[in-house]
Amino acid sequence: MLKTETITVNVGPQHPSTHGVFRMIITLDGETLVDLKPMFGYLHRGLEKISEGRTYLQAVPLTDRLDYLCSMNNNHAYAIAVEKLADIQVPPRAEYIRVIVAELNRLINHMLGIGFMFNELGAWYTPVVYAFRERERIMDLFEMLCGSRMMYNYVRPGGVSADLPDEFLPMLKKMLPHLQNYVAETRLYLSQNEIFRARAVGIGFLPADIAVANSITGPVLRASGVKYDVRKAEPYSIYDQFDFEVPTQMAGDIYARYLQRLDEMDESLKILRQAVERIPDGEVATKVPARLRPPKGEAYARIEAPKGELGFYLVSDGSTNPYRWRCRPTSLINLSALREMCLGHKVADAVVILGSVDLTLAEVDR
Amino acid sequence: MTNEEILSKLKDRFPQVEFQVQAEETKDFTIVVPAASIADVATHLRDHLGFDYLSDVTSVDHPDRFEVVYHLYSMKRGGGVLALKVRLADKEHPEVDSVTPIWPGANFQEREVYDLMGISFKNHPDLRRIMMWDGFPGHPLRKDFENRLYTFKELEPTRPKPPNW
Repeated sequence: MLKTETITVNVGPQHPSTHGVFRMIITLDGETLVDLKPMFGYLHRGLEKISEGRTYLQAVPLTDRLDYLCSMNNNHAYAIAVEKLADIQVPPRAEYIRVIVAELNRLINHMLGIGFMFNELGAWYTPVVYAFRERERIMDLFEMLCGSRMMYNYVRPGGVSADLPDEFLPMLKKMLPHLQNYVAETRLYLSQNEIFRARAVGIGFLPADIAVANSITGPVLRASGVKYDVRKAEPYSIYDQFDFEVPTQMAGDIYARYLQRLDEMDESLKILRQAVERIPDGEVATKVPARLRPPKGEAYARIEAPKGELGFYLVSDGSTNPYRWRCRPTSLINLSALREMCLGHKVADAVVILGSVDLTLAEVDR
Repeated sequence: MTNEEILSKLKDRFPQVEFQVQAEETKDFTIVVPAASIADVATHLRDHLGFDYLSDVTSVDHPDRFEVVYHLYSMKRGGGVLALKVRLADKEHPEVDSVTPIWPGANFQEREVYDLMGISFKNHPDLRRIMMWDGFPGHPLRKDFENRLYTFKELEPTRPKPPNW
């Protein structure tokens, strides 16, 4: 008789494949995963508590630090929540600028999401370098807007911090076909790759009902066949004025999530092309006092961030500081079904599945 | 389905439960549910009224009570938020039924509320601290928590316990 037993392996928190400081305690039977426990908190900075000691506008830079790959979307979500709480109207030009920067940031996030997933698959930094090449161009645009390449602090309650420079729109228009080429190029070179398909098709399957029950959102949910996008289900900002589709995949595996991200990049580019044509002139911000005092009350607002639904729940007691400042973290909740996705697969696949969920640990731990 | 229809259907199904609608000081349609019946109401909302998607579970520390707030949506219908709220008057040992058996997506968020706000959840499958380490004193998001950043008062140094796995 051969004696067999399971073995417990600790992956992380310092591990190159875990996107930061994420720790998984996995139990293995041979090389097959039989249990997985995610552990969090290594990057917990207490942003919710810190924000309670700040004014509403001082908390905007903190939202940049939630998911640093899509800071514009975080700013946007927070701005919408404050505007809902304090009944602030946003000028139309500011809404267009917000949509433009949000969709550009979605492109950045999906490029890197795909790129880093290929890192996990062993294509060590080659797809990421191509993604970084395009990301640099978009970050040049963002630098024109606000002087910063990563922590933008650009979308603020009431509008945006500054108007577009004169060179912005011509440069963006010139860049759009280029970005479209990048998506086509990625599709051409990676989709039919033999090794990628062998590692991705049928791995990390997430059924639609488990995804919905676990509150999974974003590309991971839509790759499982659920057509749910906040931009369509409960339109915010001016998304109801654009003509775009919500793509879905039926397979629900790693490969479907990869295709889903590519399709969403196409749709983002579609929105961008409409927005640069239609953007009106005018004001870019409503005047909001620096020491904003929203009336007593509470509000929950959410947007479709690149990784899924990002919400902010704010409670005001009528003073200058928020009484409660809560961020609904997309990345943390998308990990709810990680165990279900990983069970029965090999260790190497668990790392790729984690990559295909596309998470940022700064947002998981906050 | 309008908000009033949801409320009347809930009242028909649970005649003995006192539902309150929080009319002011909120921008969302908010129903205050007694703590004892939150699990039943949540099950009914999921199974019969289409609220299959629990977006957010969070908590607020008010001077006289704790509030646990649930934000629900329907993925089938789309549309706006339904906020459920549970008020816990017991500031010493706040406890409420877990909704993780109903929506598994509440798992990490309830652990977070337990960790940072100190509200325990009955029937939660895995109620452990999530952000802070085991043995951390207190619950940071409570209003009476000593915030070292502002008070400059040193907390007792604590160390994580040895791993328990």
